Order: sequence, then C-alpha cells, then structure tokens
Amino acid sequence: MEIIRQPAGAPVRPSDESMTDFRIRQLRSRDLLNGDLDDAELQQYVEQSIITTTMSKAVDWARGNAMFPATFGLACCAIEMMSIVASRVDVARFGFEAFRASPRQADLLILSGRVSIKMAPVVRRIWDQMLEPKWAIAMGACSSSMGVFNNYAIVPADKFMPVAVHVPGCPPRPEALMHGILKLRHEIVTGPEQGWRERYEAVGTEELVPLLNRNPAHPSEDRAVLPEGSETAVGVARVEGTDVA
Amino acid sequence: MSATDYDYRQVEDSITMAPLGRQVHENRHDELLTLNFGPHHPATHGVLRLLVTLEGEVVRDLQPIIGYVHTGIEKTAEDKSYWKVIPVVERMDYLAYYFNAYAYCGAVETLLEVEVPTRAQYLRVIHMELNRIMSHLVWLGTSCLDLGAISMFWYCFRERERILDLFEQSSGQRMHTRYFQVGGVMEDIPVGFAEKLRQFIAIMPERVDQYESILNKNEIVIQRLRHVCPLEAETLMELGVTGPLLRAAGVPWDLRKHDPYCSYGDFDFKVPVGDAGDNYDRFMVRIREMRQSVRIIEQALDGLPEGPWITDDRKVALPPRHELATSMEALIHHFKLVTEGFRVPPGEVYHPVESPRGELGCFVRSDGSSKPARVHMRDPSFVNLQATRPMCQDAYIADLIATLAALDPVLGGIDR
Amino acid sequence: MPDATGLELLAQALRDADPDCVLDTLHFRGKAQITVAPASIRATLQALKAKGFRFLCSVHGVDYYPDEPRLGVHYELLDMERVDRITVKLRVPLDAPEVDSVTHDWPTADHQEREVYDMFGVTFTGHPNPRRILMPEDYEGHPQRRDFPIGGEPILFTVNQATGTHYTE
Repeated sequence: MEIIRQPAGAPVRPSDESMTDFRIRQLRSRDLLNGDLDDAELQQYVEQSIITTTMSKAVDWARGNAMFPATFGLACCAIEMMSIVASRVDVARFGFEAFRASPRQADLLILSGRVSIKMAPVVRRIWDQMLEPKWAIAMGACSSSMGVFNNYAIVPADKFMPVAVHVPGCPPRPEALMHGILKLRHEIVTGPEQGWRERYEAVGTEELVPLLNRNPAHPSEDRAVLPEGSETAVGVARVEGTDVA
Repeated sequence: MSATDYDYRQVEDSITMAPLGRQVHENRHDELLTLNFGPHHPATHGVLRLLVTLEGEVVRDLQPIIGYVHTGIEKTAEDKSYWKVIPVVERMDYLAYYFNAYAYCGAVETLLEVEVPTRAQYLRVIHMELNRIMSHLVWLGTSCLDLGAISMFWYCFRERERILDLFEQSSGQRMHTRYFQVGGVMEDIPVGFAEKLRQFIAIMPERVDQYESILNKNEIVIQRLRHVCPLEAETLMELGVTGPLLRAAGVPWDLRKHDPYCSYGDFDFKVPVGDAGDNYDRFMVRIREMRQSVRIIEQALDGLPEGPWITDDRKVALPPRHELATSMEALIHHFKLVTEGFRVPPGEVYHPVESPRGELGCFVRSDGSSKPARVHMRDPSFVNLQATRPMCQDAYIADLIATLAALDPVLGGIDR
Repeated sequence: MPDATGLELLAQALRDADPDCVLDTLHFRGKAQITVAPASIRATLQALKAKGFRFLCSVHGVDYYPDEPRLGVHYELLDMERVDRITVKLRVPLDAPEVDSVTHDWPTADHQEREVYDMFGVTFTGHPNPRRILMPEDYEGHPQRRDFPIGGEPILFTVNQATGTHYTE
C-alpha cells in the first residue's frame, strides 16, 4: 500500500488560493441548490463530484474494505490476532472488526495457529462452508509451513486448502499480521482472481452458479449447467416447486 | 355473563398451570438432546470440543474431547538438544510461556546441579510475575467477552500491550521470548527497562481498581457468577485441580508460598483465597492475584542485586562474547555448546512451578546424552478440565459458558 | 521432601504390608523415588494415601527403550500438609503392558491415564473410558514411543519447487 508523506512544515492555515477555491465551490453548491446552474456549469459540477468506475471494480473495492474474518483461533497466533482487534493495532480502522462466528457469514479465514491432524478435517469443513468469495491467511509459521514443530502431529495448511497470504512469524507481530491483511486487501481491490485455482489445480471446484437449463415440458430434467472444462462431478441442483413463467 | 359480572382478577386467579406443569414433568426424561459444542466455537477458549447432553437448557452430562491442537511437543523435544527444547516447550501453554520455560529450565538445572545466580533469579521472578499478570489480563478480557461485557476486552488488552512492550525491551520478542536459559537468563535487562517497569508498577494498581469497579458490584456479573457452579474443595483435590480454582474454593495452596523456588521466599505477598468456590470467587481470586503480582515485581525490582545473569559454568552457559577473542577454552566451550549442546548426567526429575492456571510440572529424563530422553509437561489445564463435568452438572448452558471461562483452559497446554 | 531415611522407612512400611511390592528406592537430587511392581500399584497408592500423600499431581508415561521392561508409568504424589513429594514408578514390558487403573481411587487419573495409553500403549484395566484422548480415534500406533518415527514434512526449498518435488502437489 502506498504511504504518501507530506512535509511537516506544511502551513496549517489554508492559503489564500485554497480559500478562494473553497469559496468558489461553496458558491457553486449554493447555486446548484437554488437551481441556478446552467448546462455547461452543471455538467462541470457533476463531473467534479462523481467518480465512475466499472461494477466489478466497485464490487472489489467494497469486498476488500469490508472483509468479515471468521473467529478461528487455534493456538498462540490467536492471541496476537486478538491483539489486532485491541486498540493499539486497531483492525476496526480498516473495517474488519466484525469477526463473524458463523462461517457462512465470514469471508476471511485467518488460520492462526498450528493445524493438527485431528483439526485439519474440521478446518477444511469450515472452509467449505464459507461462501465464495473467500480468502485464507495462514498466520504464523505453523500453519504456513510446519513451523517450529516438524513432526507427526501437524499439517501445513497448503496441503488441504488454498491459502492466499502467508504471514511469517512465531507468532507474527500484530503489525505483521496487519501488513498481511492489508496486502490481501490490496490484492482483492486490484483483482481478486489470483489464479489460485490454477496454481492448486482446483479448476472445477467452483460452487455452482445457478444457470438452469430448464425445459418446462420436462421439469424432471432440471439440470444446472456446469462451467466448461470441469470434469469433477459436482452434483446436480434441483429446484423444486418454483414456477417459471 | 354480562360485562359487569366479568371480574378479570377472578378469571386470572382461576388459571393455574398446575396440570400443565405435571404434564411437562412427566415427559421431561424423553427430551435429552446431545449437542456438539464443536471445536470451532467462539466461546470455547481455543479448540475445545464438548459433547453436551441437554435437557431443555440444563446440562445433564458433559464430555470434553480434546486433541485438536495436539502438536507432539514432547516428542519434538526428544529430538532436540537441551538448549533447543526451550523454544519448543515454551509454545505449550501459550499464555504462560515464561512458566513453561522456567519449569523446564528448573528441571534441567536440577539434573545438572548448576547454581542460578541471584540476579538471574530475581529477573526470572520479575518476568514470571509480569507473565502472570498478562495471562490473567487475557483471561479477564476473553471471559468478559464470553459474558457479554465486551468493553473489558479492550481495557485488558491495553494493559497487556504495556507488558508486551516490557518483554520486547528485555528480550526482543513479545511472545515466546526464549529469555530463560538453563542457568539463568539470556541477557541482562537493558537500560531503561527498570524505568519503564516502575511506570508500569505505578499505573497497574489503579487499572486493577478500574476493573474491579466495573465488575465487582455489577448486577449482571453478580447474577451470572455468584453461586453459579460451585464445587467444594474435596472434589477439586480429588480431581487434581490446583491454582486459582482451588484457591477460590478456600484451600490456600500456592507453590510460591509453600514450596518456594527461585527466591520467591524473599518476597512478601499474600495469596488471595475465596470461600464459596463459585464462579464469582474464581474471578475475584485472579483479579486480586494481579495486585499481588505487582507487589512482588516491585519488591524484586527494589531488591535486584548486582551480579551475573547466567551461571558461570562454561559447560552449561555460553561464555560472554568478549572472552572468545582472548581465551581458547571459551572458544572451545562456545563451539561445543552451540554444535552439540551440554550433556546432562542421567536421571529423572519432576520440577513443579505455580503457573497462572495451577501446578505446572516438568518431568525430564536424561540418559547422559545431549538430548533429553523424555520431556513431559504436567499441564494444569489438562487436569483442571476434568472438573468441568462436576461443576456444570445441572447448570444452565449459559452457566456452562461462564464456568468454562472461569476455568481458564488453554488448549495449547491441554493438548501439547 | 522425605529425606533418605524417611524414604527408607516408607519403603519398609510398604514392604511390611506386601513383601514383593517395592523393587527399588532412590533418593535423587533431594527427591524421593520408589519403584514398585505393577501388580501392586493400587495398594501402594492407597497405602501412601493413608500416610498423608493425598494429592496425585501427575500420571505420566516414559519409554525406557532400549532398556527392558520398556514402558514406565510414573505417579507423582504430594502431601499438602507436610509439603512432601514422592514419585512412584512402575515398569511394564511391551508384550504385557497392562496396569491396574487407579481412577476409582484417584479421579484425577482419568484423562492422564488415557494420555499414557494414547502415547505409549499401556492399557489400564478398569479404566471407565479407555479411549484415545489426543490423537484421532482411529490412529494407529503410539506416537511417543522411542521407536515411533518423528514424522514431519521435508523442508520446502525453492529448488524443490523448481524441480517439482514439493508437497503441494
């Protein structure tokens, strides 16, 4: 993320030019409200106060700025994850303080802590229950790789679920975790298709998009059209009882 | 009946739930529901799984299932030299890392029969008591979160950040600092640490006052915690429970007082003891322990003696860097210690300490080589968890949550 | 701690009750350790309870590989009034790893004996819930035995990734 620094000797009082600017904008707004602006000036006013973008960019921006992390604390890293909710490193500044307990409502899974072999299927199940779009951050050394404990009991998270960002540390400082989260946010805002499905050879595991190929004459043959190129049997969606005009 | 004849008070008095009540009673025993309080749950402190059998909202049976964060720490410790086991073992009970390290270092020092210098002992006491306060703060914040008093979380973590700043100043790391070494501590405290510690000591008692003023006489806290899930001292001792849970039930057992180690005998402090053994007492005992820890730290800081911070035995502790330039033996010792590690004479020892959750013991068996043959940590939460069932029998499920919070289980220690 | 003479007196009292129960006594680094025969563990612990050691701190297992008998179980007892500790040890061979469970007398041993079973394979007869506690229910093997491999993943270096021998596939 970019940090723009301004010199400390900047004047506190607004300069005369900016005062004039401000005054002009004030008068223009007054004119707008009175209905006194005519076409060219109205056009200019509107252009100055509206930004245009594509829908997908706006959606990405919204997604990146309102991620709901799932409360998923496993071990020591969970304590540092709690620290980012606390007031020194405040994750609420970025809008991520709403930790959702239900995976259905969450879109960010911060794997904070070591994933043992007994816990791995549970994590995978929680990940599967989360709805797209979803991201995972492997926080700490234990979930990214094996960490301090290279033994029979631990599984690195990459083995069973796709991870977007790995944050190293044991445990990572709250600032480090914030950096990882903000990096993820940057990725989401600039382009969420990070290609993880290709990297992990998981093409075809997308959730079903409800494009129904309905033939009203044969309702028993309702099928969902699977995305092209997927060979996995993802299952059939039956929609019963809905009338399509 | 005309309107004037209708006396609503009479009608109300005639309605009785008695026949309905009997009906509900008779069918009650059919209504047992077994619910999975899964490993992923916001109110279980870590990945604890409980199979709860409920009758309505009353808990009739409870079975904890653990192992979801089992890390094989004890097995990993057999694979590493004694020095390298310290960071592995620290990550067990992840809120009391200095205690894990001290239990292990104490066991190895007993086997080696090395003398720990007094300055190192006092520094160890300071860091352990700071860790005790920090563990109780995290416990208080998360427990109040479970009760619904969410603001306490931010207050407690605000203090916790100050303590972590102190840890960072002395060792460079906030958590799992590897500061305790076999024979003493890794480094002397830097300039400015004592200053900052004094500022912390000055401000902490008034912060504890603030916490007590929020919680002590709060109607909701009292209703949720007073007379809720008590367990008498006899049962607790049979179950092997130690620490604040036992002290809340009235047994003043504290290893720092009864079996002083690491020069705790030099300090004057009280051991808070409750009388009813209910959740309210468990809360109050821990909050008061924070105050006593501040007293201990103040006395340790005032009485901090000059001297070495690690033992002089070069076969156990690294020589100081400036000696490596002049002394050949120092170089050889340094080389041996860093590559192979020190060898410990064969034997078995069990070294207990008083951690924030109870008696934390470390069993080390050495077979004469440079790696331990068995390291076992007797974790207090592992044993205290057995008390959940007797405590929560016939209590409401909301009381189960409050009791789990008051138990202070740390799953890293339970599962190791 | 009971000193060396106190330990010998305790051992003598135990021998008077049952001649073959005490196999060894050791006073090491100021702490008392006593080795008993596996068959008499319940009686020994009850006798020590009568002498005041009423708190069982810890039940843990040890693998003495390659010494035989291989599997050991240690019981740490504490006398709160006199602040005394004593360790009671027993050793069982791998082919007959049965020990009487002391859970009925000492409820604290419940989870701890399950852990010893899970990690070492010592079966406790009479335990109310003899199942694995830390490993998954269907796990095979007893991980903390000395001859169980430590496991783990090979360390992922970039060169492995380049040649395609990394574990993510």
